[in-house]
Amino acid sequence: MSRIGVFVCQCGNNIASTVNTKKVADEMAKIPGVVYTGDYKFMCSSPGQEMLKEVVKEHKLDGVIVSACSPHMHEKTFRKACESAGLNPFRCEITNIREQCSWVHHDKTKEVGTIKSIDLTRMTIERLKRNRPLEKINIPIKKKALVIGGGIAGIQAALDIAEGGREVVLVEKEPSIGGNMARLSETFPTMDCSQCILTPKMVEAELHENITIHTWSEIERVDGYIGNFTVQIRKKAKYVNEDLCTGCGECIEKCPFKADSEFEMALNKRKVIYTPFPQSVPNIPVIDASNCPKIQKDKCGACAIVCGPKAIDFKQEDRIITEEIGAIVVATGYELMPNTRFGEYGYGRIKDVISGLQFERLASSSGPTGGEIRRPSDGEIPESVVFIQCVGSRDEKKGVAYCSKICCMYSAKHTMLYRHKVHDGQAYVFYMDIRSGGKRYDEFVRRAIEHDGAMYLRGRVSRVYERGGKTIVQGADTLSGTQVEIEADMVVLATAIVARSGADQLAQRLGIGYDKYSFYNEYHPKLRPVETVTAGIFLAGTCVGPMDIPESVSMGSAAAAKVLSLFSADEMAREPITAFVNEPICNACWDCLNACPYSAIESKGVKDRKGNIVRWIANVNDGVCQGCGVCVAACRSKCIDLKGYTDEQVYAAINAF
Amino acid sequence: MMMKIPYYPGCTLNTVAKGFDVSARESALVLGFELKELDQWNCCGASFPLTPDNVMGLAAPAKVLANASSEGDVVATLCSVCYNVLKRTNKVMRDDRDRRREVISGFIEEEYEGGLDVVHFLEVLRDKVGFDRVRGAVKRPLKGIKAGAYYGCMLLRPFDDVGIDNAEAPVIFEDLLRALGCEPVEFPNKIECCGAHLAMGGEDIVTRLSSNVMASAAGSGAEIIVTSCPLCQYNLVKSRERMMEEGGDLRIPVLYFTQILGLALGQDEDILELGSGLHDIRPLLEERGI
Repeated sequence: MSRIGVFVCQCGNNIASTVNTKKVADEMAKIPGVVYTGDYKFMCSSPGQEMLKEVVKEHKLDGVIVSACSPHMHEKTFRKACESAGLNPFRCEITNIREQCSWVHHDKTKEVGTIKSIDLTRMTIERLKRNRPLEKINIPIKKKALVIGGGIAGIQAALDIAEGGREVVLVEKEPSIGGNMARLSETFPTMDCSQCILTPKMVEAELHENITIHTWSEIERVDGYIGNFTVQIRKKAKYVNEDLCTGCGECIEKCPFKADSEFEMALNKRKVIYTPFPQSVPNIPVIDASNCPKIQKDKCGACAIVCGPKAIDFKQEDRIITEEIGAIVVATGYELMPNTRFGEYGYGRIKDVISGLQFERLASSSGPTGGEIRRPSDGEIPESVVFIQCVGSRDEKKGVAYCSKICCMYSAKHTMLYRHKVHDGQAYVFYMDIRSGGKRYDEFVRRAIEHDGAMYLRGRVSRVYERGGKTIVQGADTLSGTQVEIEADMVVLATAIVARSGADQLAQRLGIGYDKYSFYNEYHPKLRPVETVTAGIFLAGTCVGPMDIPESVSMGSAAAAKVLSLFSADEMAREPITAFVNEPICNACWDCLNACPYSAIESKGVKDRKGNIVRWIANVNDGVCQGCGVCVAACRSKCIDLKGYTDEQVYAAINAF
Repeated sequence: MMMKIPYYPGCTLNTVAKGFDVSARESALVLGFELKELDQWNCCGASFPLTPDNVMGLAAPAKVLANASSEGDVVATLCSVCYNVLKRTNKVMRDDRDRRREVISGFIEEEYEGGLDVVHFLEVLRDKVGFDRVRGAVKRPLKGIKAGAYYGCMLLRPFDDVGIDNAEAPVIFEDLLRALGCEPVEFPNKIECCGAHLAMGGEDIVTRLSSNVMASAAGSGAEIIVTSCPLCQYNLVKSRERMMEEGGDLRIPVLYFTQILGLALGQDEDILELGSGLHDIRPLLEERGI
């Protein structure tokens, strides 16, 4: 017979005002197997926990029920108390008689609440009687982190982990780390130059003894689970031997062929052998194979001829490298929605209609115009520039429903940069609302309007077209209720921020969740914002959603802190609430394997005495299993069950109701 | 046997815009298919009811569609307004069960579940015939004629329902004109409204909007304006008359695209109803030696 103790918490008046806790305790005493019952004002308080421990010892309890608040609040607290009293923590169960019971009933006679509490507690008792003691699972931790994406969020995460004394592998898709931040000219609200604050960090990452950078590389495959991931990285062929190259740049100088520069957003050309920008890290060029005549047709080869250390290797092929990793930080960043989606703004047809990131390049001292604001069509200095906000953002019909968050700020910044460089130029901004929440942000926008004379027009633009060398912007000014037509020299679109193309495929490879826009899902958007539902994989930066630099950096650091705390022990203990297979009756239909969202189920061979595999069955990897129970529902032969929530327990609870 | 496409002309093409109708039918024959007029048809109602509870407004177009469904699985139109009304009504009949029930049981008493494909003649030319084949059939290339393609609204909006082309930057018209040898001229007002039904009671507004369209086309170098909508055509022509009375001067012929098509395919000018005076394109053709 069980020796169960039932503790009913009054939670001050939270529970006691609608539940007669004394009566609940007395009723429970009548159930066979219950040897102690009592109620108390605050079970979670220190005296409450002490009392619980003493009762466990005094009555030699083998199971404890605390009827109190939601298990999310204090399950851990009471299990710990039980453990210190010598009881298996998983022999302690919580009945929630607060959130879904006392709080939702207003019956001051306490009748309803009491009956419901009695029912709920009785159910838990029957469940507890069938609870098996469980042992925590210990998993060894490999203390090396993988950071996917070398933008500011990824760089920050890598640096913090490396500073914490752990090894980091930083994987970047482009030929250089730096991400979108490397493209920016100045940054709001302090107007410090983006390159000036970013490049030292890039160099620091490159030189850090704990960081290995793989640029021009992508994640090919991820297996394993927290502490024990095996990651395959595809190092795309650079056609340049990284060990030999000295970064002298002679090859770039001598290359006779050009293509549109991705980094300059096609505002400029780059050579076919190139580094994206002068401060690239690593300072090793790559050859753009699709445009290289040597690789395509075996003509030219000038770069190989001039290369002193003979680092050019036209025969180089993609390589797959395998890394054993303990934790992963995903920081893949954002891109802009294609502007060609908005025919009314004429992007692609009208040369002087550009995107916000292109304007950043025009304003950047390392950009195609050397920092002078000159329009793309004829290189003239524009006398007036129209900035159109919310291009695709907050536009469910044509774009996305969400706000891209940073455009109000960067458009204000653009107007200031423009005015600082073209003193008699006039900037116009068409906006829906000015969203400038943030430290010193609204002051910044006011400065653009009041000090730098940006003309803010509240309304949408209906059409942009060319007339006699001018770009005509037609729109509405809804504050004055008039239609306006502006003869502009250049138009800048604040285009919506979207997830990187391919973000969804990477998420599938990693086994993490993403929303309908392919932004990655946090474990909990408020309380666990850098974790994913897959243990050991963390998030940082704009792959989660639009955000500015300070937020991205904070998230990078937060993810690094999570990684470091995971790496602080050699092993990590995990909740043993995992699925298990009743092996003799598994008929290998693999419904569980297909249903598992965490890829925690694998096939296992059953061997005979001679060691020959005679049949295959499902097997749960305890390290990966999150205990969600989807496989239990999917299993047709009822051979998978969840520890702590077995069918037997659940039916017993239902029968007790 | 020659491909037959069930064809809904609509009232206007049967009365004041006969040239639009005849030129299309004749061009179709040249291009190897027949626009076969529906045996039975009625007015489409000429405006799509914008309030969801106005079921009566759906009755007339639904009747047209129900009739057409007995003659094939597609129905082609020429008039932009008819196209707009029929296409949107068809969508309601297909997707909105409640309104479909009301229309059927309350008015047309004929089962119809939106199975038809409502297409515009331009779509037939682009998707079924192909502009390359049109180009190949041209006998009298309208070389160098600068034509402004005027879409108006009905052909393009609302873009989820109508969707003949990109609503903000359409090209279907220009592509056709190019196939006929014309030089399409891009002008800013090509998808602006002409004033539409304000022709009755809001003439000032129509005059302003339509004149803007013509001025915008002429200002961009267009020598003719090409349309697919009898209402647009009416508004443009009437507005110009009113402007001329007040001393304005805008001499730019407004033609249906099928008239241009017919000319290029070498049809008899007499059947195309090319109009007279300001509407007449023939002096321009003569001047260019076409």
